[in-house]
Amino acid sequence: MRSLLPILTVLAAILGLWYLAVAPMNIRVALDQAERGGATITPEGSLARKDVSTWVLMVRNPDHISAGYTLERPRLPTPQQVGQELWKTTGKMAMRGRAWSKRSLIYHGWITLQSTFWGFLLGTTLGILGAVAIVYSRVSDLSLMPWAIISQTVPIVALAPMIIVLSSQLGVDGRVVPKAIISAYLCYFPVLVGMVKGLRSPGRDQLDLLRTYSASGLQSFVKLRLPASIPYLFTSLKVGIAAALVGTIVGELPTGAISGLGARILIGDQFGTPLAIWSALIAAAILAGVLVTLLDIVQRLTLKRMGMAA
Amino acid sequence: MSWLVGALVFWAAAWLANIRLANSRWSETRAVRIAVPLLFGVTLLVLWEGLVRGLGVSAVILPAPSQVAETFAASTDTLWQDFRQTVFKGALRGYVIGCIAAFLTAILIDRSAFLTAGLLPVGNFVAALPIVGIAPILVSWFGFDWQSKAAVVVVMVFFPILVNTVQGLRETDAMQRDLMRTYAAGYMQTLIKLRLPAALPFVFNGLKIATTLALIGAIVAEYFGSPTRGMGFRISTGVGALAIDLVWAEIAVAAMAGTAFYGLVAWIEARVTFWHPSQRAKSR
Repeated sequence: MRSLLPILTVLAAILGLWYLAVAPMNIRVALDQAERGGATITPEGSLARKDVSTWVLMVRNPDHISAGYTLERPRLPTPQQVGQELWKTTGKMAMRGRAWSKRSLIYHGWITLQSTFWGFLLGTTLGILGAVAIVYSRVSDLSLMPWAIISQTVPIVALAPMIIVLSSQLGVDGRVVPKAIISAYLCYFPVLVGMVKGLRSPGRDQLDLLRTYSASGLQSFVKLRLPASIPYLFTSLKVGIAAALVGTIVGELPTGAISGLGARILIGDQFGTPLAIWSALIAAAILAGVLVTLLDIVQRLTLKRMGMAA
Repeated sequence: MSWLVGALVFWAAAWLANIRLANSRWSETRAVRIAVPLLFGVTLLVLWEGLVRGLGVSAVILPAPSQVAETFAASTDTLWQDFRQTVFKGALRGYVIGCIAAFLTAILIDRSAFLTAGLLPVGNFVAALPIVGIAPILVSWFGFDWQSKAAVVVVMVFFPILVNTVQGLRETDAMQRDLMRTYAAGYMQTLIKLRLPAALPFVFNGLKIATTLALIGAIVAEYFGSPTRGMGFRISTGVGALAIDLVWAEIAVAAMAGTAFYGLVAWIEARVTFWHPSQRAKSR
């Protein structure tokens, strides 16, 4: 809580900079619109203004700066405009009982959340199984680990359109499966690395103690290695769920998806509605924040129950 | 059918060979450490080839590796042109600009404990966000050529490097800083001789994460508009035109570029931070 004031200050500074940036970003569009509305602008005509810098334009036409803050299709919307758009497509629609309309961000967020969840589940399972294999088998350690690292240096977005084409050719309906595969691809790696570290965290003396109890391999796994790896697991789960969300949105972006937050960004780009793009971006950020916070709460509760609370 | 059986037999043989190698007394040597994963990778390729040929999968769905290699060899001109546009012009320029900006910002905000306490959590949060979504906005701001791609890359790499550098700059302990003070070292001297070297492992961690992000950013930005070259452009049009073998060749280039980029940064890290325990353990 001690860092609350600094965090709020930083956030306020970001918002302030954002507001200030709106004026130079939108001045040209604002001037064009004002000129069409009959106002006199210096210099006249948007062609003549092309070579004049934004700062000069702002100094010469100070009356029209404020117009940049209320444009319908701004280059950079104000935080207030984004907030209003966000409210219009979530809370307001929910209150009118249209939360599941195709124009509501709740609906699109839900679509994204589903793929994220399945991808997270798949990626986490793969990551944990891989980690167990790597810890217990020398062959897997030697052969899997380098490829796991290489797999993350491959830009998955290059593969994303292929995965979607492949799965539709194989007769998989809908887009949940390919999106989940992409997010699992991004999500399994942090879990794998974290779990390998966690499963190897018990020291020699602890392993030896279990041997003196004549514990079997399975017993020492369930009673020592697995509990010892839980803090590592949660840390990587938090990284993993954020990565899974990135994966889902990447899976929605370039591939002509029609629902999901990534698709809203894509459609907003095609129809030239920046407010839709920005509100979808902020919605994605909120979703990421909620997911990570949820896992953080689960982590605290679990570690407290296990007597490992920090 | 014989392709299928052959591939499966090869798989079994390679698996046995790997088990023998990994449990042999040479398992700690460098040769085995390279040979085992290499054999694993080759096995995957052979399985892919065998499955595609054995099951008669159409080249429009999934081309065999040999076919991709043929296309690769036949269209090196196109691939090189795309590589130059995406990697050299978009990704690398954005990477360098973003890294320098983040590094300088980190050193500036490090002077204020208040700013550090505020920016570290915010930066950590932003680093976890799906920033790629900003690509269409930046493409509409900076146009279709490499500038918009570089801008996307700058935004994507900025926060991971900022957060890592700020964390690294806090790595020195009071004892070390006191020692510098007894030497009457000023702020700059302490920064250059003690704190920056101590921060380097963290900085390189950020730099390595950023290599992948840079390529992802440059490729995604091309999906939203680009000149008629570039890896993202070729992939998105190739999928539409059913030139799937060219798409896979492009994916292979992207994979090799990503691995080489990461490997290069990791290589520089090993040379620059040779004193760090994690590097000493490796060279032994």
